[in-house]
Amino acid sequence: MQVDTGEVFGFLGPNGAGKSTTIKLLMRLIFPDGGTARILGKSIDDVSMHQETGYLPEQPYFYDYLTAAEVLDYFARFHRLTAADRQTRVENMLKKVGLETAKKIQLRKYSKGMLQRVGLAQAILHDPQVLILDEPMSGLDPLGRREVRDIILELKKEGRTVLFSTHILSDAEMLCDRVGVIVGGKLRGVGTPEEMVGIKTQGMEILFEVAEGKNLPLLAKATRTGERCRVEMPEDELYGAIEQLRAAGARILSVAQIKPTLEDFFMNLVEADRAQANAVEVSGK
Amino acid sequence: MKNVWTVATNTFREAVRDRVLYNLVFFALLMMGAAILVGQISIGIEESVIVSLGLTAISVIGLLIAVFIGVGLVSKEMEKRTLYALLAEPVERWEFLLGKFCGLVMTLTVNTAAMAVGLYLALWTVKHTLEKSDGWILVAVYLILLKLALIVALALLFSCFTTPFLAILFTAGIYVAGVFAGDLRTMQAVDLSPATMSLLKGISYLLPNFENFNVMGAVAHGRAVPGALVEQATLYAVAYGAVVLAGASAIFSRRNLK
Amino acid sequence: MEVALGVLLVSGLAGVWQLQKKIDVQRQALQEEREELVLRSPKLIKRMSLEYAPLVGALYWTRAVQYYGEKHRLRQIRQGSLELLWPLLDITTTLDPNLIVAYRFGSTFLSDAPPRGAGDPDHAVELLRRGVLANPDYWRLYQDMGNVYYFDKKDYPRAAEAFAEGAKNPQAAIWMKVMAAKIAAEGESLETSYFLWRDIYQTAQEPQIKKNAELHLRLVKVDLDLRELNRLADEYERRTGRRATKMSELVRAGLLSQLPGDPDGYPYVLGEGGKAELNLYSPMLEEKLMNK
Repeated sequence: MQVDTGEVFGFLGPNGAGKSTTIKLLMRLIFPDGGTARILGKSIDDVSMHQETGYLPEQPYFYDYLTAAEVLDYFARFHRLTAADRQTRVENMLKKVGLETAKKIQLRKYSKGMLQRVGLAQAILHDPQVLILDEPMSGLDPLGRREVRDIILELKKEGRTVLFSTHILSDAEMLCDRVGVIVGGKLRGVGTPEEMVGIKTQGMEILFEVAEGKNLPLLAKATRTGERCRVEMPEDELYGAIEQLRAAGARILSVAQIKPTLEDFFMNLVEADRAQANAVEVSGK
Repeated sequence: MKNVWTVATNTFREAVRDRVLYNLVFFALLMMGAAILVGQISIGIEESVIVSLGLTAISVIGLLIAVFIGVGLVSKEMEKRTLYALLAEPVERWEFLLGKFCGLVMTLTVNTAAMAVGLYLALWTVKHTLEKSDGWILVAVYLILLKLALIVALALLFSCFTTPFLAILFTAGIYVAGVFAGDLRTMQAVDLSPATMSLLKGISYLLPNFENFNVMGAVAHGRAVPGALVEQATLYAVAYGAVVLAGASAIFSRRNLK
Repeated sequence: MEVALGVLLVSGLAGVWQLQKKIDVQRQALQEEREELVLRSPKLIKRMSLEYAPLVGALYWTRAVQYYGEKHRLRQIRQGSLELLWPLLDITTTLDPNLIVAYRFGSTFLSDAPPRGAGDPDHAVELLRRGVLANPDYWRLYQDMGNVYYFDKKDYPRAAEAFAEGAKNPQAAIWMKVMAAKIAAEGESLETSYFLWRDIYQTAQEPQIKKNAELHLRLVKVDLDLRELNRLADEYERRTGRRATKMSELVRAGLLSQLPGDPDGYPYVLGEGGKAELNLYSPMLEEKLMNK
């Protein structure tokens, strides 16, 4: 798997698939049985690589007896910065993630969302070229998630490379240039979101309103919630269906493509996996 | 080495903000007060009792700190996962370990020094004067500090590969074994084979001989401590400590942090 | 509701307090019967003390002093009734071989006969031998050893040896050498005894040791006085041909400058056969009888 400079790469997979494990391998928190990895051309065994890399751990936790300013200052000390430089950066980071007012409060009093923001600040503090974020959106409310999304886009604009893992597919669709999908510990595919799910549409969907009692063959295939009905059909049957509705005097609300989502893609993969596992079990007997 | 210093000062800061430490110092001061009382009861040996009691308190409290907080140095960070963000920084694992070690030793030094001051105050209260021979107390305190540093190193070693509870048990166990190491060497047991005797003797050399750092008997009676002993004890602590820390580094460097 | 709780708390604690007082009385009765040294092995106790042996030694020393002090205060010292003294001192000096006062105290009260001590000079010697081994610079332990051999074991050659050994220390008092020679030549003598006890009395810092030395000193002084008075009475007889019956006669004869008194101030008298004796009213009489 390869992530190119300046792209936002999403690392997708269900829980337990191995996203965190892979990221921890990259950050040398755990050690591989085999294989190699490089970041910015340097082997992951090279500690100096960390100068250019920022990491946000999953559910970050920091020394609760320190304040946000102190934590950031502490981490900043491991990089080659002058004292004045360090101070300015810490100030800027706190502003950027919106923690400026809380900077003198000890972390033990922080909410989960605030800790996430500290984590993000710590990751980008030293101006790294590469950012590796493990579930950056987890535990955040919608406002928080929006803010993180904005920060990631900003980082992309600045030309940095971002790799983040998530199991929230809509985020991935919105942010990522490319995604890598991992299920059951194995990489299942890499590509743009569209590539992954395939370009072909699965058909058309019509939403319409029709009075009860009206006789329509279409209704047999439709699902009804109150006055509204929804029906799916292959693309070539579209005009036939519209004629039916027009004849019946139904009110057409919308006509749309049914595009497969990452979620569908996912579900298929997981289903396929399970089927294979069952098959193995059965044959193993 | 700058990284080591960064971690060390942060560890020191943590110990200072951790209110448990203050209670221990208070407890030690309380013991000094008791020492003065005991001195009133045992005639003829007020001074030596105060010195013995004071050194015992310094040693025991230092021991508790070294074992319990020493084990927590690494295991607390692993449990709370504060370690993850840290190791992603450009810092080697051994630098982290050494920094933690130095931070706690710094804390212990400050703590021990405070208690030594208390001891001198107690002594002054009883004698109303301090003599040159009282200077040897500082030497005894220094040797105790060496011993405590060694115990911190051992606590670190064990906490790198077992649970906190077991690490405390092992460290306490090695302490007791180390105190008797000298005895083990000179022991005469009729019913053991020569091979077993040699084995025991060998083990006694490999254990940390904590008696090397114990001069309470001499100092309590105002006697001098030979300079050679101080030198050699220092070298021993440095050498043994380096071995233990190297071992801890090796283990920790390959440890998977789930 | 809180008031009720408060009342319960206070009355409960008061009840516990009273109960404890009653229990203490019960246990006191029990304790009178046994005195125990639960742990006897010095080596075991040393091991259990880990690195803190000197402190534990100090604790046992305190216990030894209180043990002796209680027995002495209650006048309970008879042969065999100080049986715990040696074990306690044994443990103390094993834990802290440099606790000089333990050796000095021990040698005094182990070797001295009842009612002053345990009457066990052999253990006193053993204690002192350990003492000089661990504290070769402290020459006074040899002095104590010499005293034990001289007074309680009446082994004059060994006494002289001990004093001579102690005298080798350049810091030792000069009289140690003198004493060694004198005892080697004469064995027991009142002058020697007086001198030895007086030195202890003057130099001892431990109050009980000092007191004990004072007692002995007084007794020896009486013996010296009586000997001198008898000598004077004999001189009187030589001069006048008859035995004096009153001290005033010796004074008038110019043999004494004034009426002689014992250490308590009571005048000596001449008793049967014109021999000098203590005054009947003098408390020294009882002291002499009790401490023979």
